[in-house]
Amino acid sequence: MSSPTPPGTKVAKGDTILEVKDLHVTFKGRVGLLAGLRGNKGTQSRAVDGVNLQVRKGEVLAIAGESGCGKTTTARAIMGLQPVDAGTIKYEGKPLPRNLKPYLRKVQMVFQDPTGTLNPRQTIYEIIAEGLRIHGIDRGPGGEPEEQLVAQALSRAGLRPPDRFFLRYPHELSGGQRQRVVIAGALVLEPEVIVADEPVSNLDASVRGEILQLLMKLRADLDLTIVIVTHDLGLAWTVADRVAVMYLGRIVEIGPAEDVLLRPLHPYTKALLDVVPEAGGLERPILTGEPPDPTKIPPGCRFHPRCPVVVSGKAAELGIEAACRGEDLGLDEINPGHFSACHASRRLGARAHEAIVEAVAAIGREAGSEPGSEPGTDADGSPGGTSPGATAI
Amino acid sequence: MSVLSLKDVHITYHTAAGGVPAVRGVDIEVAKGEVLGLAGESGCGKSTIAGAILRLLPSRTKVEGSITLDGEDILSMKLGRLRAVRWTGASIVFQGAMHALNPVQRVGDQIGEAITVHNQAGEREAKVRVGSLLEQVGLPTRRAADYPHELSGGQKQRVMIAMALACNPSLIIADEPTTALDVMVQAQVLRLMKDLQRDLGLSMVFITHDLSVLVETSDRLAIMYAGKIVEEGPATSVFEDPKHPYTAALAAAFPQIGDRRFRGNPTGLGGDPPDPQEIPSGCPFHPRCPAAFADCQRTVPELYAAGTGRRAACLLVTGAHASTAEVTE
Amino acid sequence: MQTPPITPGGDPNLTSGRIPESLAEVRSPRQIRRARRRRALSTFWAQYRKSKMGMAGLIILAFFAAVAIFAVFASKDGLDPTLVEGPRLASPSATYPLGTDSFGVSVLTQVIQGSKISLLVGLVASIMTIAIGALVGIVSGYRGGTYDTLLMRFTDFGLVVPWLALAIILASIIGPSLVTIILVIGLTSWPGTARLVRSQVLSVRERPYVERARALGGGNWHMIAHHVLPNVMPVILANAVLVVAIAILSETALSFLGLGDPFSFSWGGIIESAFNGHATTLGAWWWIGPPGVCIVLVVLAFTMIGFALDEIINPKLRER
Repeated sequence: MSSPTPPGTKVAKGDTILEVKDLHVTFKGRVGLLAGLRGNKGTQSRAVDGVNLQVRKGEVLAIAGESGCGKTTTARAIMGLQPVDAGTIKYEGKPLPRNLKPYLRKVQMVFQDPTGTLNPRQTIYEIIAEGLRIHGIDRGPGGEPEEQLVAQALSRAGLRPPDRFFLRYPHELSGGQRQRVVIAGALVLEPEVIVADEPVSNLDASVRGEILQLLMKLRADLDLTIVIVTHDLGLAWTVADRVAVMYLGRIVEIGPAEDVLLRPLHPYTKALLDVVPEAGGLERPILTGEPPDPTKIPPGCRFHPRCPVVVSGKAAELGIEAACRGEDLGLDEINPGHFSACHASRRLGARAHEAIVEAVAAIGREAGSEPGSEPGTDADGSPGGTSPGATAI
Repeated sequence: MSVLSLKDVHITYHTAAGGVPAVRGVDIEVAKGEVLGLAGESGCGKSTIAGAILRLLPSRTKVEGSITLDGEDILSMKLGRLRAVRWTGASIVFQGAMHALNPVQRVGDQIGEAITVHNQAGEREAKVRVGSLLEQVGLPTRRAADYPHELSGGQKQRVMIAMALACNPSLIIADEPTTALDVMVQAQVLRLMKDLQRDLGLSMVFITHDLSVLVETSDRLAIMYAGKIVEEGPATSVFEDPKHPYTAALAAAFPQIGDRRFRGNPTGLGGDPPDPQEIPSGCPFHPRCPAAFADCQRTVPELYAAGTGRRAACLLVTGAHASTAEVTE
Repeated sequence: MQTPPITPGGDPNLTSGRIPESLAEVRSPRQIRRARRRRALSTFWAQYRKSKMGMAGLIILAFFAAVAIFAVFASKDGLDPTLVEGPRLASPSATYPLGTDSFGVSVLTQVIQGSKISLLVGLVASIMTIAIGALVGIVSGYRGGTYDTLLMRFTDFGLVVPWLALAIILASIIGPSLVTIILVIGLTSWPGTARLVRSQVLSVRERPYVERARALGGGNWHMIAHHVLPNVMPVILANAVLVVAIAILSETALSFLGLGDPFSFSWGGIIESAFNGHATTLGAWWWIGPPGVCIVLVVLAFTMIGFALDEIINPKLRER
């Protein structure tokens, strides 16, 4: 029986509550016994390749990117679900202990597919109480019995009256209700942080807003910190305080949502923004090629083969083309709190935004890749190279 | 003349628990070279309509009304003629491109099969046609020799599009063609489909729940709810100025970046789509409708005229009730 | 653009997934849970009853179970060759409905007493088989890695070892007895079950709800007890029924080879003594026939029940 009251928070609002430092996750391709003995290591997929991230207490941080960019793997690593090759994760300033159980009470996860996440043989009551039972909690902070804690969590998640849901099975609920159950299952442990992996992408359009609304309301009421993994920048615009954009296992741009989404300083962010569907949007540039392949990370800036700034000749004009092709780089703080990992922004600072827009306009409808090249020849062509964990969809 | 015309179509599925009315009186016209976007939540009947046009629904499903393709009645067609019409008259691009391809057959042969089966060409001509089709969808000709597993998701969807084009159909039905694809690839595939449609003058029915995708690709939009069309009109004006509260909710699910009304303020719709076996009285949307008033529970709204080329099945557009002002803010 | 006012999230639409009135009226959660369990059982039974094969199997099995229970309480005096006074090798008559053997013992009495032993051996041996098989399958499937490789190679070894030869060797080492037979069957027939359970565990292990439980902080025991076992159990049970059939057949074979308990009658044992007593050459069909028919019927009954269960548990089979 652990203490009924969750230990008081030591982190003030706005300070770093969760920190990811130089995180590396590698997936190894399957190697046959004989090939392994001959020293064949198989293909190595660097799913997460040096991620640094600080999550501040009380904020909503969105991690965005294409599938295979490592965003889901990063989230899973934060949850201890993914063995890590290198790097540290710190919670409230301290590295994670060997026994993750106390940590996993304060940090909860909401998954993409609410149907698969609920055990079809358990009732809603059992599903919500599971977290309490795992952590040996049989009374709430005020001595409430389990039944009351479950009821509270359900009604917080908008499932009211809660007792009408107790003995139902997941298949009797709609998709939106199931996702609410998943959220209630996380809330019952009174977490500080919620990591949500594409929480609405499996839901019907009209229900999405509702679930996001719920998360926002919980953040306000319970002082939650939310990390939300998404491929949808529109969603980031609606809910996030800060946005981190990932490409090939690294964060390439991070900053306040308005800055990143309205004045991106990395050409990849610009490319992602250009494919958000809207009226007349098909006339805007679209990066050619399939999602990048984490088994073959290009040298130099990892985005340069698809980068409109390089392809348009803008990089040559700025005298940074050699750097783009040959020099790997980390995040620079361009504006206060707004970081970008791009040679153009390193050279031009905040004016890089205009340079990127110009470069994109110069190319016209097809951005990146040599013209006429086959879409996706050198990318994503060999399935099985990446572990399923590496892709978000 | 319209390429596709549905008149008062009712479709009822047969299940152990009785008939399930999935489509309850739908009229659709698609003109030559026009793209119609059909939107709605899962279970609203949009995919059922796609199945009915190609008569791909389970055999005991009851389809009433009339469906004509190029002036020919589909519902009364003999099986032989139907087979010819499938693919030559109308073809379909499914959402599960990954599973619709035969894993042990080269993709070139699969496209070629569609051509030879419909006696459009001999083996040799078919091969040439396959090559040009692949180029049309942005794949090099040599990809014809690949097996599906050698292609990525986007490439497979391109192959599916090539198959759909194989017999020069007058109508292509695209049922959630990009839902399983990544953002970047989705944009590529959407542009490809739009370009092909424009270049070849194709008519298309584009089905998805993502209104923002439809507004990019479609000329006209039809929004479905509980087996009926609740709003239709030119794509951009429907998306930007919805007349039906349901359309407004769907549109708000895909906010535009930079639109400050949505910043920190996700909007959604309460409740769930109705059970097709227990459609609410009056307007089927009224239990979830933020603007519902007393009349909505009694009166079943028809599609009323709502501006140029637009119709909406909502009592509000008739100016029926004084509360209209409060509701639209 | 007109944005509809937000409906507060806390307005669950309860129209989908209704609980029938009868259930909603029961108040206490425990009562509802019990009611739900009862209802689940009754739907299961309703489905099962639709299967003619399953019902036929169940009736045959019920008959033999009744016979076996009767045998437990019936007098065993009729089996002692020194006490019986019947004619030897008499063909079926009113007094001896299934005739007598070469000692003058009633074959009917033997068959009745044999049912007890055959069913007992079959049940106990399959419990052992299932226990070993499930344990190996769960550990192998859940732990994966080296455990999996080692256990599965061991299982493969168990699958290819000629079990009859192994059984004969084991029986000759331990000596023929009821326990030997049970041990021999249990120790040789688990690999099939282990393979089946492992494949099921492998699929359950990858389900998102297992991931969720792990993210909640659940350990291995929690995962196995709350997620893996409940989802693997139906498969184990359906398999168990088929294992009983195999165990009864194995018992017959071993007894027929003289490896059974010389002091207790099982159906295999009766066939053995009939064979040794030259029932075939003497034309005493009533001595060798009835136990054989009984074995066929019981094995058939278990197999039919197994098929019926499989059809209910595997929805894919049901579609056909």
